[in-house]
Amino acid sequence: MLHTVNKSPFGSNSLETCLKMATSGSTVLLIEDGVYAALKDSSVAETIAQAMGTVTIAALAPDLAARGVADKVMDGIKLVDYSGFVDLVCETDKTTAWL
Amino acid sequence: MSDEMMDEGGTIKKFAYINRKAPYGTIYALESLEVVLIGAAFEQDVSLFFLDDGVFQLTKGQKTDGIGMKNFSPTYRALEMYDVEKLYVSEEALAARGLTADDLLVDVEVVADSEIAGMLDEQDVVLSF
Amino acid sequence: MKLAIQVNEGPYTHQAADTAYKFVEAALEKGHEIYRIFFYHDGVNNGTRLTTPPQDDRNIVARWSALAEKHNIDLVICVAAAQRRGIADADEAKRNSKDADNIAPGFRISGLGQLIEAGIQSDRLVVFGD
Repeated sequence: MLHTVNKSPFGSNSLETCLKMATSGSTVLLIEDGVYAALKDSSVAETIAQAMGTVTIAALAPDLAARGVADKVMDGIKLVDYSGFVDLVCETDKTTAWL
Repeated sequence: MSDEMMDEGGTIKKFAYINRKAPYGTIYALESLEVVLIGAAFEQDVSLFFLDDGVFQLTKGQKTDGIGMKNFSPTYRALEMYDVEKLYVSEEALAARGLTADDLLVDVEVVADSEIAGMLDEQDVVLSF
Repeated sequence: MKLAIQVNEGPYTHQAADTAYKFVEAALEKGHEIYRIFFYHDGVNNGTRLTTPPQDDRNIVARWSALAEKHNIDLVICVAAAQRRGIADADEAKRNSKDADNIAPGFRISGLGQLIEAGIQSDRLVVFGD
């Protein structure tokens, strides 16, 4: 399954709930304000790093760039553009949005 | 697939409704319920999941006179008549909010998040509100 | 692949309509079919032709209309959500005795069944909201 998270982890529990619901082998795509969860040295970096053990974490590069944080992304996060977003939707059996 | 699942030659998909928002503060809960009611006519395999603040949609004793809005919570009790019978509530979300199943106005299955994760994996279409 | 899209938020306040648009554009470029885009909640506000953004900003509504015309995409606005928020086509305006309609070209108003049907008929449903 593909999960999308569009909320900053610093103001919402969408990411937290998403990671609880994301079973092994699924992909979590951070979009819109959700991309702030990709920042290295942040208070959620450890959570993300742990999640990477079982799920793929991806982030929408245009959203990172727009927010001026493209060069602050932690290692191991897969960066995609909108075309890559479409591919993720098609490669997985369904998409769940954590709004 | 049983005969029942093949009626009118239509596809039966597993539809999940994820409710994570409290009622009244925003319209999502009400309009999600409206989708469930209309969707029932399509005779799909429907499950409703109440996670995070979504569990507040189901609390007993809602009285909305004072805020000038319609109390739509009785509708959850009517879902059974629409053959929408699979209501799952996150055990952790309830506990975190100081609630138990006794505080809810309709019969639900209280399930651990880890179990809900597995149930979501089995769905075909997930609608988020 | 056949993709269905649900947009839950109106233009400008939330990024949802922008992300949905960019996603749809990319999907079309890759040769996928957009079965339907269903506008729900405040998402119905994506379909008012009275939108007048500043000239140096994107026109989200016009952008949907142009996309629909170019690729023959079914843009559906939920009738119940639209009535609450004052989005009407000519029929709706007449039925509810309104003095005007405001629906943008390429959009149509229909019932929630269109969302469920899109979920049934498409290979994937992707929700954009807030």
